[in-house]
Amino acid sequence: MALPSLTGKSLRPARPLWAVCGEKMLELLIRFCGVSAIIFVLAIFFFVFKEAAPVLWSKNFNLTQFLCSPEWYPTSVSNVRYGVLALIVGTACVSGLAVFLAVPFSLGAAVFISEFCGPKLKEVLKIVIELLAAIPSVVWGFIGLTVTSKIVQQMTGAPVGVNILNGGIILALMCVPIIASISEDALKAVPDTYREAALALGATRWQIVYRVLLPAAKNGLLAAVLLGVGRAVGETMAVLMATGHAVNIPHGILDSVRTLTANIAAELGEAPAQSEHYRILFLTGILLFFITFVINVTADFVVRGIRQK
Amino acid sequence: MAAQPEKMVTMPMTADKHIEIQDLRLAYGTKEVIHGITFDIHRHEIFGIIGPAQSGKTSLLRCINRTIDFNPAATVAGTLKVDGECVRNVRNVYELRRKIGMVAPLPVGLPLSIYDNVAFAPRCVGMTAKSDLDGLVEKCLRQAALWDEVKDRLDSLGTKLSGGQQQRLTIARALSHQPEILCLDEFSIAIDPVTTMRIEEVLKELRHEMTIILVTNLTQQARRLADRAMFLWNGEIIELDTNDVIFGDHPKDKRTYDYVMGIFG
Repeated sequence: MALPSLTGKSLRPARPLWAVCGEKMLELLIRFCGVSAIIFVLAIFFFVFKEAAPVLWSKNFNLTQFLCSPEWYPTSVSNVRYGVLALIVGTACVSGLAVFLAVPFSLGAAVFISEFCGPKLKEVLKIVIELLAAIPSVVWGFIGLTVTSKIVQQMTGAPVGVNILNGGIILALMCVPIIASISEDALKAVPDTYREAALALGATRWQIVYRVLLPAAKNGLLAAVLLGVGRAVGETMAVLMATGHAVNIPHGILDSVRTLTANIAAELGEAPAQSEHYRILFLTGILLFFITFVINVTADFVVRGIRQK
Repeated sequence: MAAQPEKMVTMPMTADKHIEIQDLRLAYGTKEVIHGITFDIHRHEIFGIIGPAQSGKTSLLRCINRTIDFNPAATVAGTLKVDGECVRNVRNVYELRRKIGMVAPLPVGLPLSIYDNVAFAPRCVGMTAKSDLDGLVEKCLRQAALWDEVKDRLDSLGTKLSGGQQQRLTIARALSHQPEILCLDEFSIAIDPVTTMRIEEVLKELRHEMTIILVTNLTQQARRLADRAMFLWNGEIIELDTNDVIFGDHPKDKRTYDYVMGIFG
């Protein structure tokens, strides 16, 4: 019902025109911000693909050989071979070990910080963990090269200290702060009413953690672990310095390997622009892109599966 | 006004004190919300607590099962004994909480299946046999008048139930550990009147097994159920007496009369 009016014009207070227009503008701006994320991803993919594409159509390139051959001799004079299997295995080993070490450790840390420790210790721990996340990766690599490699060598008697174990440990240390702080956020986001309800039912702290909090926060925790995996797969500088950088299919945890990322970082600067080697390196980039994409999609399905249950 | 329920006449007033409270004071930070109250709750009675918002009803319940510990700003003084034992000295607080069933005003379905929600407390004390749990879950859900609605979907999430169903779920959950004391804090706030009556019938039955503390804003509900009732206002006891006095025509304090009759203000 409109307000009664004598002049024919409604007396109901209306918002000024500039407010309406401003709101529309803001909405447009926000829409652009949202869409830009897609644009950036597509643009990056397009650029990398454009650099790599010519080699895909060239005659002497064989995709099966590229993926399944462990022979990486990009600068060989007589017989150039581009096989990235050893690099894929290297990436898988180092990041797998890192995630294996980091996940229990960081989830434990997150549970302790959010549920068990006192408020003062909590503040200190959170700050320290954030500091840990702020250490540049090259510094981690340096530590891996000089400190932990010696320790690994002494403890295991390996001929070289820079190997999968060393790289895995360094990478795990880099993942822990990320996984721990995001998991802690996920646990903190579980409403206190759940804790109180469980408490009133006579549950102990530990029972609350594993019967209520972990199921309630599982999506957030999974997201945290995935970000950790993403970091482990994508990390370059630290693994370049800490894993030995030897193209080699490892036979044990104490062998040196080279990862996809480290390979690109080390060789792209030396590969002549537009050369076959250069394009192959971009193709490795696409491969990395693809690996993280598969991990993310799988995780998405897992999360959805959990949700539907 | 409706006639007094006949149960008042037949109710034997056993003076067996289940909960003894002496000079209980509770403060959140520097703000005291319960100002030294003293009263007893008898075994196997339905003890009604009425009073407006912010009068300390919920806080009082949280003192009894010590979930108040969860709030670091809260300080409790005075003595509160359950079964003659001071709750603040009790060594196994989880044991104490298992003795007390608590139904919160805002229903909190744990993010588990309906079955797991009810089986939560029994599992916490190590009851794992499927057959035992099945029976217990059914019994509790029946008592909370929820069984018929959820028996075909016990596996779906408890948080997906409607507000009233979640509230009954919390009642079933509170009964699942066979408490000696059942604290109902506004249990019927989201439940329709018909279902509420069904639960009230169950409560009358349950009184033979446990002591029931009924916090409610519905003075009529307290009148229907409570053996004795207490009018709590701003953290102080205005009046505590038997049902027929509090809800009768001549309570000792005029404020009680005004509150119960709805002319408070």
